[in-house]
Amino acid sequence: MQTPDEALATATANGDREAFAALLARHYDRVFALAFRLTGARAEAEDLTQDICCDLPSKLRSYRQDARFTTWLYRVTVNAAHDRRRRMATRARASDGWGDWEVNRRAGIAEAAESQDWLSATMARLSPELRDTVALTLGEDLSQRETAEVLGVSEGTIAWRMSEVKRRLREMARAEGML
Amino acid sequence: MTDDLEKLRAGLKALPPDPDPSVKAAALARAMESFGRAQESAKQPRPMSDRPERAGFLTGVRDMLNRLTTRPALTMTASVAAIAVALAIYPALQRGVSLPGGVIQPAPRPAPANAPTLPEAAPTASAPQSGEQIAAAKPEASAADANAAERDVAPSPAPDPARTRDEAKATATLMTDAPLEEMAAEAEAPALQDFAAGGLAREASPAAPAALAAKRVAPDSIAPLPEVNTEAYSNAAANPVKVTAEEPVSTFSIDTDTASWSVLRSSLSNGDLPPAEAVRIEEMVNYFPYGYAAPEAGGAPFRTSVSLFQTPWNAHTELLRIGIQGALPAITERPPLNLVFLIDTSGSMQDANKLPLLKQSFRLMLAELRPEDRVAIVTYAGSAGTVLEPTAASDRARILDALERLDAGGSTAGAEGLALAYRVAEEMGGDGHVGRILLATDGDFNVGISDPEALKDYVADKRDSGTYLSVLGFGRGNLDDATMQALAQNGNGTAAYIDTLSEAQKVLVDQLSGALFPIADDVKIQIEFNPATVAEYRLIGYETRALKREDFNNDRIDAGEIGAGHQVTALYEVTPAGSVAVLNDPLRYGAAQDSRPAEPSGDLAWLKLRYKDPGQKTSNLIETPVSATPAEGDGDARFAAAIAGMGQLLTGATYLGDWGWDDAIALANGARGEDPFGYRAEAVQLMRLAESLAR
Repeated sequence: MQTPDEALATATANGDREAFAALLARHYDRVFALAFRLTGARAEAEDLTQDICCDLPSKLRSYRQDARFTTWLYRVTVNAAHDRRRRMATRARASDGWGDWEVNRRAGIAEAAESQDWLSATMARLSPELRDTVALTLGEDLSQRETAEVLGVSEGTIAWRMSEVKRRLREMARAEGML
Repeated sequence: MTDDLEKLRAGLKALPPDPDPSVKAAALARAMESFGRAQESAKQPRPMSDRPERAGFLTGVRDMLNRLTTRPALTMTASVAAIAVALAIYPALQRGVSLPGGVIQPAPRPAPANAPTLPEAAPTASAPQSGEQIAAAKPEASAADANAAERDVAPSPAPDPARTRDEAKATATLMTDAPLEEMAAEAEAPALQDFAAGGLAREASPAAPAALAAKRVAPDSIAPLPEVNTEAYSNAAANPVKVTAEEPVSTFSIDTDTASWSVLRSSLSNGDLPPAEAVRIEEMVNYFPYGYAAPEAGGAPFRTSVSLFQTPWNAHTELLRIGIQGALPAITERPPLNLVFLIDTSGSMQDANKLPLLKQSFRLMLAELRPEDRVAIVTYAGSAGTVLEPTAASDRARILDALERLDAGGSTAGAEGLALAYRVAEEMGGDGHVGRILLATDGDFNVGISDPEALKDYVADKRDSGTYLSVLGFGRGNLDDATMQALAQNGNGTAAYIDTLSEAQKVLVDQLSGALFPIADDVKIQIEFNPATVAEYRLIGYETRALKREDFNNDRIDAGEIGAGHQVTALYEVTPAGSVAVLNDPLRYGAAQDSRPAEPSGDLAWLKLRYKDPGQKTSNLIETPVSATPAEGDGDARFAAAIAGMGQLLTGATYLGDWGWDDAIALANGARGEDPFGYRAEAVQLMRLAESLAR
């Protein structure tokens, strides 16, 4: 029988090194997977995961156990991804033209990446809020209630966002059909 | 459709590869280190601020100096220090040594880095420079001079010990900074590599076919693409110049909306030029209060003031300004109100500038209501429901509580909500009460009657019941300006867009009476220009409010309402007959057909207004001649012209020649007047912003 995450978290906050190591080993893959789904790029996801792991010891002190550990960890991950996105946005503005050559470069890559491209194109057209929402509901299989808890919004908002995602998908499919 | 959702699910599921074991191991190791650090910092007291870890040597020297009190001792220490530093620096300068921080230190500061070499260096002090240094250090053996060495190293003179101590501290800080910079350098490195790799890749793959490029989106660039914007605006092409001889009559409905200005402000504040179709010049001009004369008591409910002055952007044309001031009945005499707040609580209203702003706005407004007014709240999201049964405005606690409990979620069933709101308003009835629905939405009507035309018909049908409908727009992204306009225009109400709390104050508090009490319905303006004095004219703005010439006298045709204290301004640019600014050549064959002699009068135009008293079916007519003598434009007129100019600059500036933003700013600045609310100052700021953005 596994020690519950919450108990490990408490032990970590009290300075138990083994407990922290166990928590990390248990959740690294999960954080990495979500980070990948949020950012869509390996290097980004790896960096993000490492940052999150390094910050965990100090963050854990403020974990009040009012949510399940995994929920809390998802929230930490989503927030870290937000911060990173904000920093990226500043940098992207500074280096003009990045997008253009990236598109050209991608265009040269063979058809093998077709399905991957559909996913990227679709995710790219969703707003950050919608992207977070689908990463959690579709990617991580969270229920709408759990997703709402992670993102700190009401369940109704998640329901609306999912209907919005469907609408956007429909619009994209229609636009595709016109091409 | 659901296939696509499943496809998205499958894609996301399959997306993350297994983590790279080495990366994972490295991350875990760093996390454990970080855990170790966190434990240490948790246990140990924080280091003193003046004793950073690696400042040991300098702080030590200072402590030593502080402890040594005898003069000779001080002199000696100073000299030794001077020699040591000089010795240490010289070879370092020669070699151009870089510091452990990985940063090449600027020459004047190497002391701390080389400080550890002091013990060996001191005994062999024989270099010629050291002699001079000793000399420099000797004459006054005061505590201040103990730092002579320091002074030689750093060019700035340091006459007192305190200052020197600060410098020592500064150098010490510099040292502790070094590792940080190192880290920064490390962090930069991979990015640079990426860049280099990218550059290579780009060179390697020559420009791919554009079509292909357009279809694909780089997986790595997921973040930057903006979301699909579903805003829809209502506007029509700008009014063209009309030739008076061919078409002397211009007819339009007044418009007291101000939504366009607020939308424009929110765009500009976000750093975007507003889309041209979002710019409705009449709404921009009407946003600002002007000092028009109030109507006389007992007369018509409004008064027109007309003035003619030179066009700022064209010396050969004139601007005709028609200003209408609505009567402002004493607030105490106003009839009691039946207010139905119809609030959109769909999921899209979650954002801070939507539902939360709405709650704050209504809270502001509640303070302005009187005890005999009644308030009901109806929400619509997925299904419509009454959140607050009609309640006296004096029961603030209950109303506020109901407002507070509103929460966003679900999709928008606008039509159903409207039907319920009209029903509630009708039930509220009451003798002499004015019923009004305040619809607050971000404009997303996606369930129920989704066809704006059908909604329009529904509202037009309902307005005969005597209930007015005003629309308050919130938030951006899917603001359906077209539907909002359609609803307000057909529901006998106004449309305002609320982007900030101060805008809420303007619309719902300062101008509450105007927003809620109509004093004249279906106000139409018809102006007939005199071909003898006016060659050409054009109406600036009011594109969406144009009426057919015959509609003016038809009381069945709906038009805009004027609320208590409302002001409406319309601007015509007129070209006097014989002016060099005439754009259209006279017709080769046209003149002969126009057998009617021009009016002998020297009038510029004949102005006619029609309005109905609230609730009445037949209209009243007001007629006034407009004199053709231009005058000096007053401050209000010039400001209105500046705003009209701004609107035209934002929509293509067809008629402005080389009149640009600078001129608009200068004109508006010169016409700010008293500006008690600061609206005009804000306008000037927005012009400056637009100027920068337009470059």
